Amino acid sequence: MIECNNLTKTYINGDDTTVVLKGISFKIETGEFVAIMGPSGSGKSTLMHILGALDTPTTGSYFLDGKDVSKLSDYELAEIRKEKIGFVFQAFNLLPRATVLRNVALPLVYAEVPKEKREVIAKEALVRAGMDESRFNHLSNQLSGGQMQRVAIARALVNNPSLILADEPTGNLDTKTGEIVLATFQSLSEQGSTIVLITHEPEVAKYAQRIIHIRDGLILKDERIR
Amino acid sequence: MKINDLFQETFAAVTANKVRSGLTMLGIVIGIGSVIAMVSIGQGAQNSVQSSIQSIGSNLILVTPGVQKGPGANISAGRGSATNLTQLDADAIKSTVTGIKAIAPEQSRRYQVTAKGTNTNTQVTGTTPDYLEVRNVQVDQGAFFATSQLQSLAKVAVIGPTTRDDLFGVDANPVGQTIRINNLEFKVIGMTVAKGGSGFSNADDAIYIPLQTAQRFLAGSDSVSTISVEAQDANSMADIQQQITDLLLQRHKISDPAAADFSVLNQADIVATASSVTGIFTMLLASIAGISLLVGGIGIMNMMLTTVTERTREIGLRKAIGAQKKDISLQFLAEAVVLTFLGGVLGVLLGWLISLAVSHFASIATKVSLGSVLLAFGVSAGIGIVFGYYPASRAAGLNPIEALRYE
Repeated sequence: MIECNNLTKTYINGDDTTVVLKGISFKIETGEFVAIMGPSGSGKSTLMHILGALDTPTTGSYFLDGKDVSKLSDYELAEIRKEKIGFVFQAFNLLPRATVLRNVALPLVYAEVPKEKREVIAKEALVRAGMDESRFNHLSNQLSGGQMQRVAIARALVNNPSLILADEPTGNLDTKTGEIVLATFQSLSEQGSTIVLITHEPEVAKYAQRIIHIRDGLILKDERIR
Repeated sequence: MKINDLFQETFAAVTANKVRSGLTMLGIVIGIGSVIAMVSIGQGAQNSVQSSIQSIGSNLILVTPGVQKGPGANISAGRGSATNLTQLDADAIKSTVTGIKAIAPEQSRRYQVTAKGTNTNTQVTGTTPDYLEVRNVQVDQGAFFATSQLQSLAKVAVIGPTTRDDLFGVDANPVGQTIRINNLEFKVIGMTVAKGGSGFSNADDAIYIPLQTAQRFLAGSDSVSTISVEAQDANSMADIQQQITDLLLQRHKISDPAAADFSVLNQADIVATASSVTGIFTMLLASIAGISLLVGGIGIMNMMLTTVTERTREIGLRKAIGAQKKDISLQFLAEAVVLTFLGGVLGVLLGWLISLAVSHFASIATKVSLGSVLLAFGVSAGIGIVFGYYPASRAAGLNPIEALRYE
């Protein structure tokens, strides 16, 4: 479902050119749970931005659901993100003064889903992300870190995306809460979601089915661990 | 993004920081409020000046004597003090100049006037019955003197309501009473309708007596101090003014119009001059108020720029979940417009209250016109768009990757 062919990314800053990705190719099938692992500066964040349709590669192609996303305009990229991608960030990025439900329903607002449907869909997503129903109407800044990240996961699920991209989702959480969040990703994967997890920690990456190791803009190793 | 969602987002954003939103809005409230108040006060002043000029009569042309100069001396007694305008000039104007509806010569001077135990100092105007028509005076009680009483040198007087109050007390019936002007007894035969007005040239504080009586017994000369001419219509006023000037120059044997010993004033000119003065005044007030509106607008822009910076990560997130540039820019633009529009509504209310207070305490009949209210709404919404556009386009132009990384 995801196919990257020889992706490169070069940043030009005046006379200074930095090659961040030097030719990356891989395929990810629907329902796979893949970790992209590498140290900082390896190019994994740039790769995530390209996979998440936030950025386009300098050369190479990226097919998502059979569509080449690598040459799209800003407008078309935003449409792809709206329909096909769910993001989970390290810093959660919830709207602080909004309720849990409103946070989760936010992507549906941009997708112009009718208001009455939004709440139903958002509640379903929250249940799948393991949120307790009693907190649906809490303000998001009254939640603990683990709960916030589950709200963020629910928000990523709510538009039924082809790809869930999680960027260091446990980076701001303690080990125990992190384990619960990672278990949530595992159970979503079992339910058929395609998940790409970006991390630099091997303990986090081991929850995935497959680990793609990246270093200096190249794939070092692509291993299936379960 | 649908329009009602946009409003919900805007409402949430505006109410998120109520104090800041309120203070920013206050700038617009004060700006719009002062524009509304200043324009309404200016228009009120203009209307009251116009109506008080028009209350002295319509289509009026005033002929007054020029400067009196002693023989060989350069001491001027001031305009209107000369006695070179006479009854004969008035008669000549009446018979020669075309387009005149009515003409009333008058001789006015202030005298000490006494009645039983009371006295006042007031304007005593000797004139003819045409004065009623020309100067738009109406009789309330009794009657004005007739033409026959001019020839018979009757010592009768018609008094204004303020003079009545001063001499006989409020609401007293003056008709039939006797007053003494310059130690001559006059019988009061009527009282005029109140015109309103204050200060000098108050038409209500006056006494009218037959012209010949005034000339013979009070002034001792047949000069007149003013000839009031009413034109048949407003269009012929300039022409009549010219005819009178030509006629009097010829009668007074003056060849150079600049050396004329009289002046001819056209009421339309007076109204136009007064209107232009009050118009400039209104413009001045409104533009000072407009500056505060501009400052308010800059306050909105400042707050919106702060908001955009504060919410950089939120903007990044919204973009990551699929918001288009136009969704983001509309959201921030809507926020600015809602702030200025609410400010505009409150400002109109404030301006209206100020103008009511001015009407009440300063007795200027202010008027908040629909036009100025609509203008205020338009301007305030426009300010929202103008001053919200830059912050909104800055928000929309943010790179989502950098916005998400923003600390």
